[in-house]
Amino acid sequence: MTGIRTEPVTVNLGPQHPSTHGVFRLRVTFDGEEIIDLEPVFGYLHRGTEKLAETRNYTQIVTLTDRMDYVASMSNNLAYVRTVEKLSGIQVPERAQYIRVICAELQRIASHLMATGFLLNDIGALATPLIYCFREREKILDLFEMLCGARITLSYMRPGGIFQDADSDFWNALDILIQELPHYLDELEALISKNEIVLARTRSVGILSDADAIDYGVTGPILRASRVKWDLRKANPYEIYNRLDFEIPIGVEGDTYDRFHVRLLEMQESVKIITQCIKQIEKGPIRANTPYFIRPKPGETYQSVEGPKGELGFYLISDGGVSPYRCKVRAPSFINLTPLKKMMLGWKMGDLITILGSIDIVLGEVDR
Amino acid sequence: MTEILDVSKIINEINKELPNCIVKNNDDSVWIRPDDIKKVCSILKNPQGLDFSFLTSISAVDYIGYFEIVYHLTSMRNNYSAIIKTKCYGRKNLALPSVIDIWKTADLQEREIWDLMGIQFQGHPNLKRILLWEGFDGHPLRKDYLGN
Repeated sequence: MTGIRTEPVTVNLGPQHPSTHGVFRLRVTFDGEEIIDLEPVFGYLHRGTEKLAETRNYTQIVTLTDRMDYVASMSNNLAYVRTVEKLSGIQVPERAQYIRVICAELQRIASHLMATGFLLNDIGALATPLIYCFREREKILDLFEMLCGARITLSYMRPGGIFQDADSDFWNALDILIQELPHYLDELEALISKNEIVLARTRSVGILSDADAIDYGVTGPILRASRVKWDLRKANPYEIYNRLDFEIPIGVEGDTYDRFHVRLLEMQESVKIITQCIKQIEKGPIRANTPYFIRPKPGETYQSVEGPKGELGFYLISDGGVSPYRCKVRAPSFINLTPLKKMMLGWKMGDLITILGSIDIVLGEVDR
Repeated sequence: MTEILDVSKIINEINKELPNCIVKNNDDSVWIRPDDIKKVCSILKNPQGLDFSFLTSISAVDYIGYFEIVYHLTSMRNNYSAIIKTKCYGRKNLALPSVIDIWKTADLQEREIWDLMGIQFQGHPNLKRILLWEGFDGHPLRKDYLGN
């Protein structure tokens, strides 16, 4: 085939594109079908959350965190309120900690279901698996509605605890969900993870080695898919995670399949965590006695939690006033995009969508 | 638990190879001279030494008189963390050495700091605005930014 010459072509994928999961643009250069260069362009959803936080008080900022990773508001709330509590030395009642862990794990399942559903949607299994995933996610959103009336932008947590206690309806519905979920997750696994088309499209595609994953600062299921056993719930247990028994699933190769499979396994572990929490939780207060205007002593702290996308951290600096002097967010979706070029170069046009889908980004968090 | 590594160990490790680059320290952070930040980071990353293989985040803070750049480091193997800081005085033409050669994760984070705080990173291969568009006037996370 000598003598045939191809010209590189630059294609814009997005900003409006169903597979970019939001307003995200990839400027890709192709040589034939092969990706030879690419550059992510974002900022379309930039609202200046960090700047806005400087003009609001510590309680109000909870609502800003909802709007970052809007498919995992509970985890954002938890990361933020934990940082405020650390900064101002607030002790959280145990019952509140249990409910917060239950919520965070429910949110992890909801977020992973969305990631899995959309990845399969991107591969070409149009809508069917996505609807299976959404059916389960819907039940979790119903539970959140029972807790606080909201489904997406929850603002359920407060510095010092939670907004209100869960009523008996919630516990009954949670019991039913926890009994049913393992069955549905098995069903999902049986439907997908041995499917020949899924395997052909994801196995050995977009491999990220363990050394590269650490170097590029990747966290969450992507890091664990690359065989690095690092989960903040184990490495730096917060809330009551040290009382719970659960495993950290890791991948085999660090490819697209592992990233998807690690999420499936993590959901099973989350169910285990919630079951233990329901057994251990006791009656008690749900909120420490904190004022509406919190004035932490001048100082700074960085705290992070293991969100569904990875390490979600807040770096808060107080000057003694009612608003933070600086509120920096370590957004996992944003930093997980760093190795995009490394993972995609040399792959074909169709694999680009698969690899991007397996990273599971939320543009609200990337752009903040 | 991820421990905060004893500051004296960090100071010893840096002083062994690069004396006189530490400005001051407190209980959990070490301040480095801005010109030496890249060398210090590569000392801290050394797998035979303290092994800070993971750069958790880079943050910039505007204290009006100066800017402070904060590096949160984590060692996954030893499960401890450290905070390295450096100060940049002035409001115009601020520059620091980029640490992208040491941790590739600095790529997008340094671009974000340039975009929102206006601090340049020398040695960064693609330092341009990331969240705002090229041609945007000013750096909005600065305390003196008024907008329109």
